[in-house]
Amino acid sequence: MQATGMLGEDGIHVDMNHLKKGEVNLGTSIMAINFKDGVILGADSRTTTGAYIANRVTDKLTQVHDTIWCCRSGSAADTQAVADIVQYHLGMYGITNNEPPSTQTAAAIFQELCYSNKDQLSAGMIIAGYDHRHGGQVYSIPLGGSLHKQAYAIGGSGSTYIYGYCDSYWQENMSEAEGIQFVKGALQEAIKWDGSSGGVIRMVVLTASGAQRHLYLPDQAYKGPGKQ
Amino acid sequence: MTSIGTGYDLSNSVFSPDGRNFQVEYAVKAVENGGTAVGIKCKDGVVLALEKLVTSKLLKPGANKRIATVDRNIGIVSSGLLPDGRHFVSRARDEASQWRGLYKAPIPTSSLADRMGSYAQAYTLYSSVRPFGVTAIIAGWDSEAELPVDGQVGSGPGVGSGGKKGGSKYGGPHLYMIEPSGLYWGYYGAATGKGRQIAKSELEKLNLSEGNLSLEEGVKEAARIIYVAHDDNKDKEFELELTWISSLNGPTKGRHEEVPKELKEEAERLAKKSLEGDDDDEDEDKMEE
Repeated sequence: MQATGMLGEDGIHVDMNHLKKGEVNLGTSIMAINFKDGVILGADSRTTTGAYIANRVTDKLTQVHDTIWCCRSGSAADTQAVADIVQYHLGMYGITNNEPPSTQTAAAIFQELCYSNKDQLSAGMIIAGYDHRHGGQVYSIPLGGSLHKQAYAIGGSGSTYIYGYCDSYWQENMSEAEGIQFVKGALQEAIKWDGSSGGVIRMVVLTASGAQRHLYLPDQAYKGPGKQ
Repeated sequence: MTSIGTGYDLSNSVFSPDGRNFQVEYAVKAVENGGTAVGIKCKDGVVLALEKLVTSKLLKPGANKRIATVDRNIGIVSSGLLPDGRHFVSRARDEASQWRGLYKAPIPTSSLADRMGSYAQAYTLYSSVRPFGVTAIIAGWDSEAELPVDGQVGSGPGVGSGGKKGGSKYGGPHLYMIEPSGLYWGYYGAATGKGRQIAKSELEKLNLSEGNLSLEEGVKEAARIIYVAHDDNKDKEFELELTWISSLNGPTKGRHEEVPKELKEEAERLAKKSLEGDDDDEDEDKMEE
């Protein structure tokens, strides 16, 4: 088992290396960004159990409501369970209050779960959503269960390699094409340098017109096929 | 009321043969004896007003407030049995706090009204409890601003979020009234208690659905209506309680607060003056000589 970890915004180094023996790990590169019309989520597709690649085409971008999605990193089991619980809560919220939940609501529930169970969870989540009132929003919940609203967020073991890339190429108010290029470029670097990231690049673009999936394959030099 | 004394009025959870729950109807009677309470939804806020009947000369004026704050942006007034009203408010505070605990944001007024409606209704179902002897008016201002998640760090992109759809208005004033049966509706103007009939006909004259009444006018109207609905012959003494909630850029910044002393006194002065028209000059005119 290789050590993975990430440096929090407050400079505290949190160690992610406490998975059980043989536990499935999303040694991962994930990110989400704001752009002119909404948000874009992106992720690699590698799932590992130790050195073995358990799944090379994993989908780490998970829908929890119509236009609220999350990127999962850490333990596959933990993050799936958390996302399932949040999906349930948001579904109930929409029905009982006659209005769809906002991205803030989703982020709040994610944080409550991640913070109150922090000793038992290994889950680093990025939440991104779009609604007409608030536009696109990106929240990051790193290992301790704190909640950060950000212009863009990167996470997982691969993210350590792309802090410099993101810092120098980031621009606010990018077009959709520019945003996709930014996410793709960053994830390509993360996949190149991080041994536990790899496979395809998946993206989800969230705008007023809904959710649109994208796929970029390594054997097409991550140029296509694009929109799904 | 026919079929009273036939035994069908002794318990909740037993219908009369013609499909009525007498315990609920008796609870409504308890409300009809309470001091008048009024709520007005204005274009830039909500007002709550209460005719607090003074039951003893030994009670300290201005103490024993009856209009309660539930969350920073929500107020409740009730008429009927006082202790029932206080328990109702206590439950509303629990609901607001529970909501904040999960969603890290203030509860929308409509959701609080819905939960409190369900709570009141549950007290009509079981033989071990009796219905609430109150009708409650819930007033709230749902923030028109984009609220952060409680405790979040950071604020997103410096240029603001992309892809917002303009044109729609969000948040604003809300007013609900919940009856002992658990029935609740949203209102432009609501009245309950002794003077509700007079108060309702006064509220109807304000054409509230047109949305032209300002908050300050609303405060003055609420005070006037409480004075008009007050019956001097039956109850001598009463105290006026007035609270309001304005928009974020208004005087209370979206919070439920007592109306300031100066404005309240002005509203009471105008209210008394408007009554003088009915039975000509009274003591205040004499003072001016």
